[in-house]
Amino acid sequence: MLFLDAIDWILDPEHWREVNFGPGIGEELVAHLWLTLLSVLAVAVVALPVGLYIGHTGRGRGVAVVLANVVRAVPTLGLLALLFIALPLGLGPAVFVFLLLGVPPLLAGAYAGLESVDRQTIDAARAMGFTEWQVLLRVELPLAAPLILGGLRSTVLQVIASVTLISNFGLNSLGDFILGGLASQDYPQVVAGSLLVTALALLVDGLLALVERAAAPRGVSRGDGRTTARSRRVRTAPTGAPIAEGN
Amino acid sequence: MDWVLSHLDDIGNLTVTHIVLCVPAIVIGFVVSVPLGYAASKSSLARGVLLTLGNVLYTIPGIALVVLVPVTLGIPLLNPVNVTIALLIYAVAIMVRSAADAFVSVSGDVKQSATAQGYSASQRFWRVELPLAGPVLLAGVRVVSVSTISLATVGALVGIPSLGTFFTDAFQRNFALEAVVGLVLVLLLAAVFDLLLSLVGRALMPWTRGTRLSAGAAKALSQPVPAGVGDVAGPGGRL
Repeated sequence: MLFLDAIDWILDPEHWREVNFGPGIGEELVAHLWLTLLSVLAVAVVALPVGLYIGHTGRGRGVAVVLANVVRAVPTLGLLALLFIALPLGLGPAVFVFLLLGVPPLLAGAYAGLESVDRQTIDAARAMGFTEWQVLLRVELPLAAPLILGGLRSTVLQVIASVTLISNFGLNSLGDFILGGLASQDYPQVVAGSLLVTALALLVDGLLALVERAAAPRGVSRGDGRTTARSRRVRTAPTGAPIAEGN
Repeated sequence: MDWVLSHLDDIGNLTVTHIVLCVPAIVIGFVVSVPLGYAASKSSLARGVLLTLGNVLYTIPGIALVVLVPVTLGIPLLNPVNVTIALLIYAVAIMVRSAADAFVSVSGDVKQSATAQGYSASQRFWRVELPLAGPVLLAGVRVVSVSTISLATVGALVGIPSLGTFFTDAFQRNFALEAVVGLVLVLLLAAVFDLLLSLVGRALMPWTRGTRLSAGAAKALSQPVPAGVGDVAGPGGRL
């Protein structure tokens, strides 16, 4: 039974130190997470300011949507192959590719998060004398936090999955066990590598889901950026045309 | 350019191979997702279970899924069917959510009118709900088609031929043009599939011609796909 062999393979302490005279599970795991972390940080530096700008001002949304659709069509493997033919092997070029691939989800989370904030809440903040920066930092950002973190979660998963492919180009990641095992026809190792990558992705996804849940400010219904007070009022409001303000 | 001309055979064969990997995943994924999405739109329990399961499956990295599918099903590792099944799993994971959104977007008043006019449950589904959910379903299947074509390339790492073979081969031979050709072919194929789907949509839903997308369809299109392998902005998945 291949699955059981694979689990034995993972549980073998020797494999955590060294596999076929190469890096063991521990080292590959650290390499995988390190490249993921660097890439996600690079994504955050680019996508957060741009996404917040789009969400706050409403400008440039169309460009962001088109960009996301184009990036979805680009195969990661092809981009990596082309880049590592053109540039020397190294962490820098790798981070560059994962930056391109990782930007759209966080960008979308950032602007969708800000867009989901109730316009009346923002108007109320302005009416109370908040500056634009205060509106952004003290009103929009906390209310949008769950959606922004949702975008971050998608980005992290995207990067974790893509980092697996980097093994084909000579950098270390958990993908080494899959590709190395295929080359030497060591199928328990191939399955073990697949299980390790899957477990890592599910674990990180689960942790980020918890963070996302905890990030919703109190008094805000989870995830839609609206205060519960308002949604309650809407629900109990009598039907009929609302009175337009200012008329 | 010489390389392209002298390798037209390879280009043609691998393009056909790639299409053969992707089309069943897209078509079967759609057919499976519509009833599941319908169920998810009717019951919040079904919605919770199906969407959570979809998210979990979508989280599995592509190359791992291509290995785990044959091991679970007992198929040889190098069988191309593995890639198609993995793509099918991703397709359903994305599409069920779109399909659920599509059926939710059908106005309750319209459904009640149909019932009041004496439509049976199945008549109402086929003649009212399915056509009205059509534009959002189409938006969903277009997202699936683009990401499926891009994802199928990952199989090349395991040794299952597709347009992705150009990428692994280009890297081994340090030959940039071949990688560019592969990238262009994948993007072209995705664009052609997208165009075909939108033409099919026009033919099947003549009432959408010339009108703007419904709010639901526009939302589904602009939503990012949850992260997974090759593709990015997910099927509105987590956003």
